[in-house]
Amino acid sequence: MTGSDAAVAPSAERRKAGGVLRRLAGSPMVGSPARGRTLARHLAIAVVALAIMWYLTDHVEAFYDFQIATIAAYLCVVAGLTVLTGLNGQVSLGHSALMAVGAYTVGLLLSKLNDHNVRAQWTVLLALALGVLTTSVAGVVIGLAAARLRGPYLAGLTLAIVVVVPSIATQFGSLFHGDQGVPVPAPPAPTSLGQFFPQEEWDAWIALAAAGITLFFLANLVHGRVGRNLRAVRDHEAAAQLAGINVARTQVTAFVVSAACAGLGGGVIAVINQSASPDSFALTLSLYLLLAIVLGGLGSLYGAIWGSVAIVWLPYLTNKVMNGLTLSAAEAAKLRGNVPLAIFGLALVIIAIAAPGGIQGLLRRAGRWARARFASRVPQPPSSTGRRPETSPPQGGATHRQAAGPEGLPPTTPSAPTSEVTT
Amino acid sequence: MARHTRRGIVLVATIGLVTALSACTSGNSGSGGGNNAAAAVPGITATTVTVGSHQPLTGPAAPGYSKISPATNAYFQWVNAHGGVNGRKIIYKVMDDTYNPATTVTVVHQLVQQDKVFAILNGLGTPTHTNVIQFLNDNKVPDLFVASGSTTWNQPQKYPWTFGYQTDYTVEGKVLGSYIKQNYAGQKVCFFGQGDDFGADELAGVKLELGDSGITSAQTYVVTNQNVGPQIGALKAAGCQVTVAATIPGFTALALGTAAQLKFQTQWMVSSVGADYNTVNGLLKVPPLLEGVITCGYLPSTSSDTDPWITLFKQINQQYNNNAPWDGNVEYGMSVGYLFVQALQAAGKNPTRESIVQAIEKGGFTGPGIVPLAFSSTNHSGYTGVQLAKITNGQTVAFGSAYTTDDGSGPVVAYNGTEGAVPPNGIPASG
Amino acid sequence: MERFVFLTVDGLAHGAIYAAFALALVLIWRGTRVVNFAQGAMAVVSAYIAYSVASASGSYWLGAIAAIVSGLALGVLVERGVMRFVAHTAPLSAIVVALGVSLLIAAVVGILYGVDQRPFPVPFSRTPYTIGSYAVFSPFTLFTFGVVAVVVIGIALLFTRTSVGLRMRASAFAPETARLLGVNVSRVLTVGWALAAGVGAVASLLIIPTAFLQPNAMDLVFVTAFTAAVIGGLDSPVGAVVGGLVVGLLLSYVSGYLGSNVTSIGVLVLLVAVLLLRPGGLFTMRQARRV
Repeated sequence: MTGSDAAVAPSAERRKAGGVLRRLAGSPMVGSPARGRTLARHLAIAVVALAIMWYLTDHVEAFYDFQIATIAAYLCVVAGLTVLTGLNGQVSLGHSALMAVGAYTVGLLLSKLNDHNVRAQWTVLLALALGVLTTSVAGVVIGLAAARLRGPYLAGLTLAIVVVVPSIATQFGSLFHGDQGVPVPAPPAPTSLGQFFPQEEWDAWIALAAAGITLFFLANLVHGRVGRNLRAVRDHEAAAQLAGINVARTQVTAFVVSAACAGLGGGVIAVINQSASPDSFALTLSLYLLLAIVLGGLGSLYGAIWGSVAIVWLPYLTNKVMNGLTLSAAEAAKLRGNVPLAIFGLALVIIAIAAPGGIQGLLRRAGRWARARFASRVPQPPSSTGRRPETSPPQGGATHRQAAGPEGLPPTTPSAPTSEVTT
Repeated sequence: MARHTRRGIVLVATIGLVTALSACTSGNSGSGGGNNAAAAVPGITATTVTVGSHQPLTGPAAPGYSKISPATNAYFQWVNAHGGVNGRKIIYKVMDDTYNPATTVTVVHQLVQQDKVFAILNGLGTPTHTNVIQFLNDNKVPDLFVASGSTTWNQPQKYPWTFGYQTDYTVEGKVLGSYIKQNYAGQKVCFFGQGDDFGADELAGVKLELGDSGITSAQTYVVTNQNVGPQIGALKAAGCQVTVAATIPGFTALALGTAAQLKFQTQWMVSSVGADYNTVNGLLKVPPLLEGVITCGYLPSTSSDTDPWITLFKQINQQYNNNAPWDGNVEYGMSVGYLFVQALQAAGKNPTRESIVQAIEKGGFTGPGIVPLAFSSTNHSGYTGVQLAKITNGQTVAFGSAYTTDDGSGPVVAYNGTEGAVPPNGIPASG
Repeated sequence: MERFVFLTVDGLAHGAIYAAFALALVLIWRGTRVVNFAQGAMAVVSAYIAYSVASASGSYWLGAIAAIVSGLALGVLVERGVMRFVAHTAPLSAIVVALGVSLLIAAVVGILYGVDQRPFPVPFSRTPYTIGSYAVFSPFTLFTFGVVAVVVIGIALLFTRTSVGLRMRASAFAPETARLLGVNVSRVLTVGWALAAGVGAVASLLIIPTAFLQPNAMDLVFVTAFTAAVIGGLDSPVGAVVGGLVVGLLLSYVSGYLGSNVTSIGVLVLLVAVLLLRPGGLFTMRQARRV
């Protein structure tokens, strides 16, 4: 949004601002029964999903458990990042550095405890919690610095932070062990599960629990007041400020939340990989996180799931394609490593162009198409687009709860503007 | 609202289905990983032995190192063409980790848990391999001949399944330091090394011989910054007469080139890691810069025309490695392959993971190395020393005797043995 | 003092190259509001073409011309063939596409040329002249300054004095109005990309001789140049040049006096300092978000 655009199309600006104000006016209030329903719904989804994954991890071989664990760990980070970038508009290239903070915290704590022969299961929980805490602090620091920055300037700052990580690890080598990194001696799976219980499955459970908590937390955040504020600031700062939102605090909050998620993800990765080393959290990883949020669907938590799966599975699949070919020595020397890279790059280009809304966008479109096809057979009340219209019709709307209005808002709210229907 | 819940459950079920389908369609889905009937040794069939490795085939660390695994594989093809080992052909699965430790973890998990390799061979890189060493030892996978000179691989108590291969950086540093003590006493000695364990270990070795005050100036570089002008300038300002260089080939070339530009004259002594003549010469725009440089190594000089091992390896390189440009990386790869075949043979007619580890610990392998291998139940380090060489007229010419020593305060001792004899057909005689 | 002079010269020489590369990034940013993450890979391709032509013909200059021409062509190719299909409503998608393009390019180059490092021919000596005991510029360094100066002045003149430049500025600032006035905005975009790619090719010709040619050779240059552009202000070509020089000097001083490991920390400190004071970069014209 440059100033020049505003000069050219003032009506678009006004409409955007208006939309923001309207949305702010008509959202569910905290503590209303609608909020309780949202929470319950999210809880139900989380429980069902975790149950399915618990069953799955028990019935696949160890390598898939490892992949599931890795996906779940990245999911924590990607979910936080998609909220930050998609819903709040802050582009961060530095989340791999935040993951590193979480990972190193977990590693250093577990190493210290291991040195003192403390090896119980609760140490992992403590380490992860501490990782989240330290990363949140880092998030506050960066968030405060970043609150004044926009777009590529924020990207530039966060990129510089990522590049610094290996230097810090080497500079304070006595603490961080430089290039080699810190070993993470997480205690093995509890013996109550059986003597041969695979470590990978236990790691997958830890990772899935972390991902479940993260998604639950973020889903509730996103559907509540904070989420509304985030979107408002992204879309039109001036309007948001007029509506009484503290822009700076919103920005910093968003950053801290996503940082905490990144710290959790990084800590879990450290547990899964049994080590935390600086080169694992280099710029490449930050770019992969960016790929994940775009490929999955920017701003969508479901999109975060698809994105996390994509960044773990796409390289795996491209390698499998490569290994399936039989090559002569000459060909192998040239193609090995490079062909999977080429396929991956090509996949990125194609997916990003063909599906700018990511995989979640594709699914949404498919869903809408399916509904439209089957809707022609069943009479439907005039449905709004994805946005919630601010009120149900003022004439005796109490019985029309079902029309997708913001739950719980009393139908006869005199303050709700009824003259302008949604854009 | 109902739509949300419905959508949520549908999506969640989709994830579950997709994962389940993919799991079912590829590979066994036993209950978790509990090893039922481990009678079959992973990676060993009646006709094949499968080993895996992680190597930087692409990315910033690929130059040079990407040539090692094709060379090892070429040696294995040679052995397979002659019947294999105890009737089994060797399959070498190399996966690209782009020198990124996170990727290393993934590919090693894949090799061990999905491809079920017999052993991991020649995993390359200190920062990369330290991330998988615990996993491999926990899962009792032989972790053979790690491609790095770090002392981490020599901890038989902690990592009983891991074995090093090349001479430790500290050992190298001690040999170089000892040589300097004897031949350049009284001169200003400096150090130019990589800013990680490689450089630190080598410097520690030099200091063990020369003392902490023996180094006038120690400069480090990082691989992410190819401008070494400031560091070479500092060395010039310190008036260094002898400079020990713990550099990878690219940075050896950069150091020599920058020194020439700055008119900095010194006696360079370069680690075996960065001293391969063909590689460095290919990177220098002024080849005569290498004249007079002292290097060291534990394998025969690549420029030798008479060494039978070089002849053998060159022949295999031509036949099975697409006649790749001959350099130290190719020699290294084939030497590792030779050692692995020796170990596999010594492991018996029906090798198991335990039997190969025991076979290596029994030691006694002779091969192309000009210094002995130190494998025993208390020593997993690999080659124990180096011999110095000087680059003269474009050839790497060894001089003096080889020296061996340990990682600690043991003395530097001359070694008067010779390299092993080349067996008939270039394949180790079955033990 | 000698050391300081040496480090200053070294820093300015590298800084000039970062300045050129940052200029290329700014060109594309101003025209399309996209940070071109594929800039490094595109520059490397041009360098490889220069290498091939120079090796085959024995002449560095033929190789250089080939590099610039191929750079221009590559810019057109990437813009017309890929970037134009990216939805304008999704700027992050443009970054993903650029990343995909850069991976693809690096892989293709790796397949065609292998991943090994190659020395790059250099047209002038890199041995510095000495005034007394001070080592000052080398012929190659002077050549670098000269080329970058020509590029910067050339682009400045292009933007301010030619109708092409005017059209480019108009398209960047007010595309709708420009279109109404008859400017073929899409063609102007292509010209912008071609120009930026050409400048990137020139930058690679200047920096790769100081190191080695390999598929990932320009990755770090991109990161440094992007940081320099941010410091100078992404909307300002002058900022790009100043930012590049400043970053080059800083890297040199930090590397020389504090050690090569902490150079990135030095850059971060500078970046934080600049952005805290001027969140839009040194030469920005935009209003800061008031917090």
